[in-house]
Amino acid sequence: MADRRAFAARLIGALLAVLLLAPVLVTAASAVEPDEIVADPAIEARARAISKGLRCLVCQNESIDESNAELARDLRLLVRQRLQAGDSDQAVTAYIVSRYGDFVLLDPPFKAATYALWLGPLAIAAFALGFVFVFYRRRAGRSEAAPLSADDERRLAKLLDRNDP
Amino acid sequence: MLRRLPYLLPLIVLAGLAGYFWSGLGRDPNTLPSVLIDQPLPELALAPIAGRERGLVTADLKGQVSLLNIFGSWCVACQAEHPFLMQLKAEGRVPIHGINWRERDADAGPAWLRRLGDPYTLIGADPDSRAAIALGVTGAPETFIIDAAGVIRYKHIGPITRDIWEKKLWPIVERLRRG
Repeated sequence: MADRRAFAARLIGALLAVLLLAPVLVTAASAVEPDEIVADPAIEARARAISKGLRCLVCQNESIDESNAELARDLRLLVRQRLQAGDSDQAVTAYIVSRYGDFVLLDPPFKAATYALWLGPLAIAAFALGFVFVFYRRRAGRSEAAPLSADDERRLAKLLDRNDP
Repeated sequence: MLRRLPYLLPLIVLAGLAGYFWSGLGRDPNTLPSVLIDQPLPELALAPIAGRERGLVTADLKGQVSLLNIFGSWCVACQAEHPFLMQLKAEGRVPIHGINWRERDADAGPAWLRRLGDPYTLIGADPDSRAAIALGVTGAPETFIIDAAGVIRYKHIGPITRDIWEKKLWPIVERLRRG
């Protein structure tokens, strides 16, 4: 009986450990396979950096560095071959953008077509702040009492007199 | 009216955004616009597949309007599209060229064509996706309409059906032929 309970406790502990570790393992994962890695560590590092910024066209929310899709693998190999052939990082990225458009970049560039994307949230925030500012200033203005006329003063004095014991 | 504008403006903005997003809901996020439309074909020099003498080079696609179809024996949607391509070939309306994409086994593509029939005038092999990437291909099947000058004029993503052909692709081919 006690044996069984100890076993259950250990099982639960192990499961919890797996659950807690899972996100760590998942984020650390890269889809680069051993046969893709190039001998020169400098080129490999550049290729990894470029790959992390390129969207996988098949799964769309992963970079080609993380994706197991075959197209992502072929793109990773292409990046490495171009770097080995002497292309600069910019040239490699530019080539892939010229084929797939800006969509392939996980960090969209700041240009005419993407102004709405980058500036939209700021514009909405500025508009909202402006609205709040105007709204509160109006309200503050409204609560400011107009000075009493001579007539009002007399009525007020009379009312106060009457309430005095 | 003007005094109420600050209060109405958020509503107007909301209505605008709602309309924009509503129209976006109907769009398929998997069909990406190609940046290659109206661009000349990239330089292709593809080897023939097993059993054929000729491969496919860019110059082959100049001189008349043609289709360039990306296919693979591993691609289920290509198999679904295939009978229509056979019909299209039988009708002889436009030459269909193929890129046999990413076959692990060099004989897989030829075997697939032997089994189902071969609608392609010319076929180039693209085992390592070099041509597919140059063409901005994201999946198979994809079909490009190439004009007589060798310029990419249209890209269709997914299988071509009779309906899509008659309504979308054939009118483009006809228009390009008139020049």
